[in-house]
Amino acid sequence: MLSSTDVAAIALTIKLAGLTTVLLLILGTPLAWWLAQTRSPLKSIVGAATTLPLVLPPAVLGFYLLVLLGPQGLVGRLTEFLGLGLLPFSFPGLVVASMIYSTPFVVQPIQQAFSALGERPLEAAATLRASPLDAFFTVALPLARPGIATAAVLGFAHTVGEFGVVLMIGGNIPGRTQVLSMAIYNHVEAMEYANAHWLAGGMLAFSFLVLLVLYARGGNRTQ
Amino acid sequence: MTIDAHFELSYPGFSLAVDVCLPSRGVTALFGPSGCGKTTLLRCIAGLTRAARGRLFVDGEPWQDDDHFLPTHRRPLGYVFQDANLFPHLSVRRNLEYGRSRVPETARAQSVERVVELLGIARLLQREPGTLSGGERQRVAIARALLTSPRLLLLDEPLAALDVARKQEFLPYLERLRDELEIPVIYVSHAPDEVARLADHLVVLDAGRIVAAGPLAETLSRVDLPIRLGEDAGVVLEATVAEIDECWSLDRVEFGGGSLWVRSCGHLSGKRVRVRILARDVSIALERCEGMSIMNCLPARVLELAGEWHPALALVRLQVGETTIVARVTRRSAAALGLVAGKAVWAQIKAVAVIG
Repeated sequence: MLSSTDVAAIALTIKLAGLTTVLLLILGTPLAWWLAQTRSPLKSIVGAATTLPLVLPPAVLGFYLLVLLGPQGLVGRLTEFLGLGLLPFSFPGLVVASMIYSTPFVVQPIQQAFSALGERPLEAAATLRASPLDAFFTVALPLARPGIATAAVLGFAHTVGEFGVVLMIGGNIPGRTQVLSMAIYNHVEAMEYANAHWLAGGMLAFSFLVLLVLYARGGNRTQ
Repeated sequence: MTIDAHFELSYPGFSLAVDVCLPSRGVTALFGPSGCGKTTLLRCIAGLTRAARGRLFVDGEPWQDDDHFLPTHRRPLGYVFQDANLFPHLSVRRNLEYGRSRVPETARAQSVERVVELLGIARLLQREPGTLSGGERQRVAIARALLTSPRLLLLDEPLAALDVARKQEFLPYLERLRDELEIPVIYVSHAPDEVARLADHLVVLDAGRIVAAGPLAETLSRVDLPIRLGEDAGVVLEATVAEIDECWSLDRVEFGGGSLWVRSCGHLSGKRVRVRILARDVSIALERCEGMSIMNCLPARVLELAGEWHPALALVRLQVGETTIVARVTRRSAAALGLVAGKAVWAQIKAVAVIG
């Protein structure tokens, strides 16, 4: 069945996906709000940049991150200067990479939910003495909740399934940076198909379940 | 309190340029056809739309001028949207509390009990907005706005989304508001019957410009305007029930120009009522006619004549006592009777509607 490294990989994956999702919701929600509200010419540039990880091969993304976060990279020098050490081949490095990799899956559903609200509920809030910030927390966020839930589920699931970026930036260090997809890869390489089946089958069931929940909720909403 | 408003703004295909001083009491109707700019004007007053050039003084306080723009949430106003615009994620009670809780306790002039009673929404408090009918939603929206204790209430066609039956059910609530509230109300409408029933003052807009503004009766009797009221040209008079004839189910109401017999409407003697006389229901005779079915026949004097929307028709403004009414006749009749300003005639009024 599952070896101790498999269990460690599963635990690490859940921890990584959970942390990434929470951080992305915190940072992505204001970004999505800005993208939904702004008329700034920067909107298309920022919009394109947040969508880029959707179309970019993970290896390309991972490669540039490795360069940027490495000892010669701008960010790498900064983290070393701040005494944080280097991010590649560490768990924090994986979190940073996963956040960038999963950004479009979190920002886009929230942005769409905010856009669908339109101006009207916010105008009503303004006529009832709510400041824009007040209206954001008491009207926009609660009304966008289905979109935010979708974003959380997609962000989590997408991070669980990542491979290429992790391989480039995190390596394959058991217990530290070895995630689930990496463990499956190792089993297959070692011809341990039974072990690979347990993990891969679990992933299949998990992914299907996630989509089932999303679609069931979506169906309910349109009724 | 006065509302001194000056706004200029333009979109492709539309421009608004108004300069108006609105009265401090009663209901002011912003009236005009769709697309004339009345909702835009209301939104400018609320600060929801920012006019490129604007000046708005309410009670001497600058809400907008060249240097200031008070954002909507700092303006002490209540706004009722055309489709109520309740928060779908909050119950009716929490919708009401939303605005009220954001007003300092010392500034709360309206009590929940009174407002809930005034609008008849006590049964609805636990409901979700999605389960309410159109009329109920509008009543909740008005209550929600009133509970912010506004100094000015803005209503954007609150009846537009309602069918005829719901409208009849809803109008009495608006009349109660008009009679019991001490704050000025600005009411956007394109329906002449609503305006006649509710308004005290009238501002007529067309293509982003104000074409007339003044007290209701006076403005409605202006013959240069009714072209925009079409079939509904007519006047509204304040009258008092003076006599009740139970035998024939008729009431005699007195107004500044005499008295009229109207269908009994169950009011007691002495009750103030509003009556509406449409121009198409008034005909003109040179002598008092006998032997006909029309009960209301009043001596009048011709003030002026004006053309109508159809070249065959003319509107005649008549002085009746101290009031004016408007008659619609054909131009041929006007010529045959020799109607000119100053001529003494009889106004025969075929129908009078008591509208509240």
